[in-house]
Formats: sequence, C-alpha cells, structure tokens
Amino acid sequence: MSEYSIQTKKDQIPSQEEFEAQLVARHTPGVHAKVKNAVVGIAGLGGLGSNVAVSLARLGIGKLILVDFDRVEPSNLNRQQYFTRHIGIKKTKALKELIKEINPFVEIETRDIFLDKDNVLDCFKDVEIIVEAFDNPESKATLVNTVLTKDKEKIIVAASGMAGYFSNNTIKTKRIRDNFYLIGDGVSEVVDGCGLMAPRVAIAANHQANTVLRIILGERDV
Amino acid sequence: MQINGQESYLDAGISVSEMLEALDIEAKKVIIEINLEIIEKDKYSETKLHEDDKVEIITFMGGG
Repeated sequence: MSEYSIQTKKDQIPSQEEFEAQLVARHTPGVHAKVKNAVVGIAGLGGLGSNVAVSLARLGIGKLILVDFDRVEPSNLNRQQYFTRHIGIKKTKALKELIKEINPFVEIETRDIFLDKDNVLDCFKDVEIIVEAFDNPESKATLVNTVLTKDKEKIIVAASGMAGYFSNNTIKTKRIRDNFYLIGDGVSEVVDGCGLMAPRVAIAANHQANTVLRIILGERDV
Repeated sequence: MQINGQESYLDAGISVSEMLEALDIEAKKVIIEINLEIIEKDKYSETKLHEDDKVEIITFMGGG
C-alpha cells in the first residue's frame, strides 16, 4: 500500500511532517519557510477576522494571536466562519478549535479582551503585522491611531467599507503609509437596508490576508 | 490648506477639532494625517492648522 493511500484514510490526521511536505509542494520551500516563521495578530474575530485567520491558517502561518471579547451568535453565521455548534461559545475558543481542524500545527494564542488604546500595544508586542478586523468604526480608528502613533515598527492592515452587494471591484487595497494598508470601498457602511453579507466581507478579508502574505514575502507594494 | 487633496474653504488657524466639527465628521471614527504625520487623538483640540498644511482625513466605516 502506498503512503498516499494511508494518508487518505478517513479521519486520519496527517503528521506535522506530512502537512509541511504538502505546503512546501504547493507553495515552494522558500515561501513556506517565511510563512511558517510569521507571527500575525488579529484584532476582532467577526466576518473579517475569522476569514483572515482561516486563510492564514490554510497557508500554514507560524503563529496567530486571536483577540475578541465576544461570543458566537446566530446572527454571525451569515458571514463569519463559525458553525451552529459554536453558538454561545467565545469566538476565540471557537476559532481556535476550527483552525485546529484545518491545520493542527498552527500555533494559536487567544485573548478574551476588549482591545483599547491602553492594552493594544502590550497585546500585540510579539507580532510584526496586525490585522484590524473590528466591526465598530470607533474601535477601528482607535486601534489604527494607537498603533501608528505609538509603535512605528508594526505594520497594520485595516479594513473600511464592505457592506452590501455592491460591485466586487470597488473593494481596493491601498497603501496609505509605509506601515498602514487600508482595504475596502471606503464608503459602504452598515446601515438599515445595507447589511454585511458573506461574499463582500470575505473579499475584503482575503484582500487583508493576501496583503499579510505579501508583506511576509517582502512585497510591500499594492 | 488642502484637505484630502482639495483646497479647502476653511480658514487657517482653526484646530483639528474645529475642522472636524465644521465638516460634520465624528472625531472618534477618523484618523488624521497632517503633512504625513498622524495626529494623536487627544491632541485634536490643541493642534492648529496652517495655510500650507496638507490634511488627510480617513473615516472608518462600520462593518466587519
């Protein structure tokens, strides 16, 4: 029996070496080595953050620091990566569990806190890249302001404007400053009659995830 | 002064807070860059704008 058929046995989880070999084969050894060494912080685990985390986990990212104070609610399931079995569970716990089913060898740290200007720098002191993935515009502005004014070494990848079902192509990645990327259409906020929907939120989230990947691989232009 | 790339009708000498009020923009939802420098949120009322300043206002939309 070949090794291949052993690996495809139902319910058998591949070993770490097998995971690594698959990722190296798909992504090339040089790319995988850089991705595996990266540490990324994700602020907010809603529609943006849960999608970014899942994409980065599938890439075989080295370590994620996942931050959210909230629990999974039924209204989250229209766009966030959770399942019905997660309702009522802390998002940090649910997402960690879910990522372990995708790639058990991604290191995960979780923090059940409400991030504000006083704790954000400490929370993300070990990361090179911070993904801003909040829902609330005031929290978005506070996080970006704090990081850009207090720690000029960090790179922040934020998002603004992804509600509704407007054209795909209005969602753009912009490099506002050397260390600040902003993704979205810049205008579509959540209002009555224009809610958040899975496709556009996931488009924005994966702009964020690909921006993180590009930064890890030394591609700083958009 | 220029705001988001356009010459503004606002007078030089006003503070960042006064500029936001005049433009009906909520201070809590923005980041402000003046001549490429990000202004700390608690300095909006003490930071005055000058004739040749280039101001960028980035307003965050809710949703994520």
